[in-house]
Amino acid sequence: MSDATPMPEDTGRSPDAEAVRRGQEERLEKVWETPKGWRYWSAVNNTEVGIWYTATSFAFMLFAGVLGLMVRVQLAVPENDFLTATFYNQVFTLHGTVMMFLFAVPIFEAVAIVLLPQMLGARDLPFPRLSAFGYWCFLIGGVFVSGSIFFGAAPEGGWFMYPPLTTQERFTPGYGPDIWLLGLSFIEVASIAAAVELIVGTLKCRPPGMRLNLMPLYAWYVLVVAGMILFAFPPLIAGDILFELERLFHWPFFDPERGGDPVLWQHLFWIFGHPEVYIVFLPAIALVAMIVPTFARRPLLGYSWIVLAAVGTGFLSFGLWAHHMYATGLPAISLGFFSAASEAVAIPTGVQIFVFIATLWTGRVVHSVPMLFVSGALAVFVIGGLTGVMVALAPFDWQAHDTYFVVAHLHYVLIGGMLFPLVAGVYYYWPLVGSRRLSDRLGRIAFWLMFVGFNLGFFPMHLSGLIGMPRRVWTYPAGLGLDLPNLLSTVGAFIFATGILIIVFDILRPKGKQPYAERNTWQAGTLEWLAEVPGKSWGVRSIPIVKTRYPLWEQPNFMRDYDEGRFYLADAQEMKRETMVTSVLDGEPVQCLRVPGPTFMTMVAAILLGAVFILATFHFWYATIVAMVASTISIIVWLWHGTAMIPEKPEKDVGLGLTLPLYMSGPKSVGWWAMFITMIGDGTAFLSLVFAYFFYFTIHPEFPPAGVDGPGLFWPMVSLALMLGAWAAAGIALRVNRAGSVGIARALMAAGVALALAGGAALVWAPFGAGLDPVVHVYQATVWVIVIWTAAHVAVGALMLAYCLARSFAGKLTPVYDIDISNVALYWHFMAGTALITVATIALSPLAA
Amino acid sequence: MARSRQTNDNLWTLITAPTIWALHFLASYVVAAIHCAPNEDIFQPIVETRIMVGVITAIALVLIGLVLWRSFGEWRRHGGGYRHNEDTDIDRERFLEFSTVLLAALSFIGVVFVGLPALLVVDCR
Repeated sequence: MSDATPMPEDTGRSPDAEAVRRGQEERLEKVWETPKGWRYWSAVNNTEVGIWYTATSFAFMLFAGVLGLMVRVQLAVPENDFLTATFYNQVFTLHGTVMMFLFAVPIFEAVAIVLLPQMLGARDLPFPRLSAFGYWCFLIGGVFVSGSIFFGAAPEGGWFMYPPLTTQERFTPGYGPDIWLLGLSFIEVASIAAAVELIVGTLKCRPPGMRLNLMPLYAWYVLVVAGMILFAFPPLIAGDILFELERLFHWPFFDPERGGDPVLWQHLFWIFGHPEVYIVFLPAIALVAMIVPTFARRPLLGYSWIVLAAVGTGFLSFGLWAHHMYATGLPAISLGFFSAASEAVAIPTGVQIFVFIATLWTGRVVHSVPMLFVSGALAVFVIGGLTGVMVALAPFDWQAHDTYFVVAHLHYVLIGGMLFPLVAGVYYYWPLVGSRRLSDRLGRIAFWLMFVGFNLGFFPMHLSGLIGMPRRVWTYPAGLGLDLPNLLSTVGAFIFATGILIIVFDILRPKGKQPYAERNTWQAGTLEWLAEVPGKSWGVRSIPIVKTRYPLWEQPNFMRDYDEGRFYLADAQEMKRETMVTSVLDGEPVQCLRVPGPTFMTMVAAILLGAVFILATFHFWYATIVAMVASTISIIVWLWHGTAMIPEKPEKDVGLGLTLPLYMSGPKSVGWWAMFITMIGDGTAFLSLVFAYFFYFTIHPEFPPAGVDGPGLFWPMVSLALMLGAWAAAGIALRVNRAGSVGIARALMAAGVALALAGGAALVWAPFGAGLDPVVHVYQATVWVIVIWTAAHVAVGALMLAYCLARSFAGKLTPVYDIDISNVALYWHFMAGTALITVATIALSPLAA
Repeated sequence: MARSRQTNDNLWTLITAPTIWALHFLASYVVAAIHCAPNEDIFQPIVETRIMVGVITAIALVLIGLVLWRSFGEWRRHGGGYRHNEDTDIDRERFLEFSTVLLAALSFIGVVFVGLPALLVVDCR
């Protein structure tokens, strides 16, 4: 570790030094320049992509807000007919869906893409093109889902889409549920991509010296939340697959007449849906954890306690899912487990609130608009948290279930726990984005309108709920005591919306004449405030050495040394975009990472992949297949030209006497970690399908049903042997290639392709040859879905090996530069696990039963 | 300080206790589901299921207790303290140990909470 390297002692004022510095800055500016004109949209830098992402999710929020206001107008008076019942259903479904999927979760990714590299003193995240790809997926999927309402085709089954309401044509005719399912599945791809990017970024792209105990708390939250996304979103993807197979091909997963069970959807949905609440809440609280120290003028108290809260909440929030299902008739003992966990999660949630209060108490608080929104957030969230403790108790929930009490609770939690902190963050971080401060006066007016409007709008819903008003009703009769609370709610909602409009105005109003904000305008202590005003596209001038939690407060001359390029990578001699990779625990420099620059490939790949989902929605099967092939080709082209590039020299001098390698494969490289993390998410989706199998196993006295033969033993075992053969081929190819026997490695890769394809074919043949018809009963359908999942993954594995083979022939994969085969071998470890579990489940477990 | 006899804490040791909590939760849920999900004889007492949840709970508590004991002891031997904001190996280690103590304590409480229904609920209703 070279953190003890002394700074060069010259003053940096001599004409020579000045010229060197100007030269460095010119080169950095050129390398990190944002493309001009129409090519602007090919940018992949975190500053551009993050800002598009943020702006787009805010636009969706405003759209969903208008839908919310339409709901409130309809419910303002009894027996209203402002909207038709069907259209009302579409409006409230889309309000919830857009707020959750297109605003609350993406805004986390968006803000983190903007802020995280700055906070970590990194030039960019490790996979800028992946972020751009995620953004384009998000935009396309979001417009597709939202746009449906203008054609009267929006989903109308509530944001959680419970079957059988949504699976049967007689209840919900049209494409609505398909648009919901396929559009959102597509967006989930973007979420998982962002999660991979953020985890690797936090673990591997910290500045030298930033050990785990010095990491900004925001980064801890990002790490936890991105990890949660990996385990929360895949069950929903698995649920979506089952759901679409039922809608498109009548496979009976949720149809009780053929052995299915609609409750399975509720399980899969809420295994996603409850952690999601915390996926939304924690990043917003992370902003609070950055804002509070700045305005309390002291470091945050209880750093470890915040880590406890973030990690603890991340875990416990997975044990809460069935508290949305208290009324489904689950046995009381199961309800007890979920109720207990739901109460336990209040502990870590409460801890962070106390940490913030204690920090403010012991500091000298400077009043400001961001702090105003933070205080509002704490007040509102605490009320939402308390009603949460109430509804977590099954007997109380049986009374309040599906009433406006729950609507009140969830809006208090989400608006107090997410929207208010986010607006605080907007006011706090705007100078980094827009170079000027937002208006204090408008901010204060907006806050009070929002705070008063929110409480006026949502507090009466507790009462209307307790009186007995159910959720999702189109209208209600007069004289039940609901008239006044509903009218107040509507008035409050409009006052609240006025506050939001003022913020929008404040952001959009021209500020040309207003002077720039001074640098580090709030006198904060963390790295993101190193940013120059107006900002530069290079991210950081030089990659600093960090020794404290608040370097701008605690490290003398920090900003001067940074500006004069006295830290690492102050130059771009080779005119390439570079950032630094460090070790997980202690942030020791490991590699100088070349990151790719602008490209339209990410946009093209997203458009083609979007086409797959959109064409499938409308059952254009041939076109879907064409789009699928085209999107696969586009991704291969992107990877071929943009990843695992062999550098012109093995290592380079990054400054301060440190030389780092430019290329690295295996567990030290970012690509290996990205593959590992992606496969954890992928494995979770697979295990969710296996969960479905065992769920049906527990609810049926006989599973497989009497008189039905399974796929037998022979073909599944043959396929397992072939797939394990491919796994071995991939693993040995990596070793042999590294040892220099390129020819044998190529032969192994080719053999791996053949074994994988044969294994996949044998696996599909097993249920096909045994005549399992997936439409007849849920047993056959579940076997088929697991088989298809595994076969598709084997096919992808074969494609990867073929890709490595081609790279080897093209000279892009050599014994020294072997990222491709190293990552593919890792993929095959997961693949082997998937194959084992598949065969054990479909061929072995029915025999045991 | 005999550092060689100490664990080198990292992110995996940090999440060991909550992972045990998660496995305990899952196991309790599965045990109850296997017995009660076919929903046929809901008034039948479920003594074995409750005993099994009790055993799982006891195992989980012992394991979390071990994590707690280890991390607490190492944290104390490294000098304890609640400030770990220095740029040193020992501060990073103490930070991870103390955070592990906190998470293990939370997980312990969490397991006790989740085990309680088995004490109170007697059948599959």
